[in-house]
Amino acid sequence: MAKRVGIEVSVAIGEVVTMTNTDVIAAYPITPQTHIVEHPAKLAADGELDAEYIPVESEHSAMSACLGAAAAGARTFTATAGQGLELMHEVLYIASSMQLPVVMAVANRALSAPLSVWGDHSDAMAVRDTGWIQIFTENGQEVVDNILCAFRIAEDRGVLLPVMVNLDGFHLSHVIEPILLPEQSEVDAFLPPNDYPLPLDPAKPVTMGDFGPPFIYTEVKWAQEVNLRKSMETILKCWGEFDRIFKRCYHPVECYRSEDAEVLLLTMGSFSETAMTAIDRMRGEGKNIGLIRLRLWRPFPFDEIRNAVKDAEVLIVLDRALSFGGPGGPVSSEIRSALYNEDRRPKIVSFVGGLGGRDITVSGFQEMINRGIEISKTGSKHEFEIFGVRE
Amino acid sequence: MGGTAIDTGELISIRWHGRGGQGAVTSAALVAQAAINEGKFAQAFPSFGPERRGAPVQAFVRISNKEPIRIRAEITEPDIVVVFDPRLLHIAKVTSGLKEGGTLVINTRRPLEDIEAEFGANWQLAIIDATTIARELLGVNIVNTTMIGALVRVTGVVKLESLLEPLKERFGHLAEKNINTMKRAYEETLVKESG
Repeated sequence: MAKRVGIEVSVAIGEVVTMTNTDVIAAYPITPQTHIVEHPAKLAADGELDAEYIPVESEHSAMSACLGAAAAGARTFTATAGQGLELMHEVLYIASSMQLPVVMAVANRALSAPLSVWGDHSDAMAVRDTGWIQIFTENGQEVVDNILCAFRIAEDRGVLLPVMVNLDGFHLSHVIEPILLPEQSEVDAFLPPNDYPLPLDPAKPVTMGDFGPPFIYTEVKWAQEVNLRKSMETILKCWGEFDRIFKRCYHPVECYRSEDAEVLLLTMGSFSETAMTAIDRMRGEGKNIGLIRLRLWRPFPFDEIRNAVKDAEVLIVLDRALSFGGPGGPVSSEIRSALYNEDRRPKIVSFVGGLGGRDITVSGFQEMINRGIEISKTGSKHEFEIFGVRE
Repeated sequence: MGGTAIDTGELISIRWHGRGGQGAVTSAALVAQAAINEGKFAQAFPSFGPERRGAPVQAFVRISNKEPIRIRAEITEPDIVVVFDPRLLHIAKVTSGLKEGGTLVINTRRPLEDIEAEFGANWQLAIIDATTIARELLGVNIVNTTMIGALVRVTGVVKLESLLEPLKERFGHLAEKNINTMKRAYEETLVKESG
C-alpha cells in the first residue's frame, strides 16, 4: 500500500527518484530547484542512495554529464530551473537527437532581467523545440507520478527520448502537501530496468553524434520528428499501465466540467487547480463554463485538443510566458494554429499572466473569464492582453 | 474555542508572520504535516523568494477536513494570523485581510488588555510570551514550536498529540525540548474571545 505523507514536493521527487534505482544524478543547484537535488545528494553522500551524484560546475556541464551517463546505459536524472535551463539549452538538443533517455524535473522559473527567482513558464517555452517530451503537472502527486512515468517512457525501446517534467517553481516545488508515495515493490513492478540498446562500451566501440552532412541531416531530423510524434502511443500506454497499478489516470488533455460548456478556459500547470475553483463558482452562478488543462506539451496532442474544444464558442487561453513582439503566448499561438483549419472552432481570446511568480487568485480567474467573454463579443485590436498589468 | 470554519470543517487559512530564521516556515510545515497525519488535507508553503535571515517572512497553511486543496495562491484573507515577532506588529500589516471573528495569535510580553486596546474586539486574541519560553527551554530565540503550542490551544486546528511525530522527525535529539516548549506554551496562552 502506498504511504500518504505530508511532504515537500521537491523532497518527494527525491524520494521517488531514489526508488527508481537511478544510477547517475548530475545537477547544479538553482532556486527553486535546489531542494529537488539536495535530497538525493544527501542520500548519496550518506551512502543511502547507490548512485553516482556528480556535483558539476554549471547546468551546461550537468546536462553534458547526463548525456555521457545515459549513453553508457545509466538511468540518469537531473533537475534545473530558469536560467539554468537556458544554460543547458544547446545540450538539450543533443540528448533528444542522440536518443538519450535522460529524465529532468524543471521547477519552472521566470527569466532575467529583472532578476526573478519566481515562477512562470518562460524557461520551458524557450526550450519548446529541443525535441524533448514535455509534461506539465498541477500538484505534488502528479509530479511524483509523472517523474516515475518519465523514466518508463524515456527508456522505452520504442521511444528513447529525454523527458522533461515541469512543475511550477515555488507554487509546487516548495509546498508541503499530502502525497501518496509508492511502495518499492510497486515501483519495481511498474518500471523495468533500463536496457539501453547500444551503450558505450570500450569492448564494442560505437560512434555517437557523428557528422551529418547535407545528404543525411534532413533524414535524421525527419526520423527524430517521426519518433517524437510516435512516442504518443507509448506515453498513453504508460499512463494506462500506471492507472492499472496505482489507480490514478493521466491524459494529454484533461477536461474539467467542460462537456456542455459554451466558454472554456485553458491553462497549464499548477494554476489549473486555482482555476477549477473559479469554474465551480461560475457554474454555481449558472454560467456554462469549463476548463481544459494541457498536460502534454510535446508531443503536442492535436486530436485531443481539437476534440476537447470543438463544441465551445469561446476558448480563453492563459499563457505564463510571453513571445515578445509575437502573437501572444506560445500555448495560445499553437492552439490557434491547431484549430485554424477546423470547420468548427471556438473564438480564441489570449491572455498572458502569472509572470514572475505573480499569483492569479480564484476571483482573478473569474475576472479573466468575464473579460475574455467580453473580448470575444467586442473584438480587440490587440493580439492578446496581459492580465492585471499596471500601465 | 475556535472559529466557524474550524467547527464546520471548511477550509481554514493560516498566515504566519515571522523573521527569517525564527522558524515560521518550519511551524507552517509542522502544522500541515500534523493535519495530514490526522487524515485531513493540508498545504503549507513559504512566502516565495530568496530567504534572508532577519527579514520579515510569511508562511501559509490551508487545512480542510473535506476535500483536497486546490487554491495555489498566497493567503490574503486568513482565518488565523500568527505573529512570531512583536516588533512585526508595527512594520508589517499583520492583520491585513484577517476575517471578522478570526483569530490573532501574538508573541508578546504585553498584557492582554493592551493588545485588546490596540486590535479591538473584532478578532479572537491570543497572547503568549514565546520569546521567554523559548529562551528558557531551548536557550535560543526560535519560537516556532512555542507558537504552535499557542495556535493549537486557541484554535484546535490540529490535536497537540498529532504534532509529536512531525516534531520528532524534524528535530531529532532536540525533539523532546521542543515538545516541552510547545506544551508549556499551550498551557500559558491567554485568550480573549471576540465581540
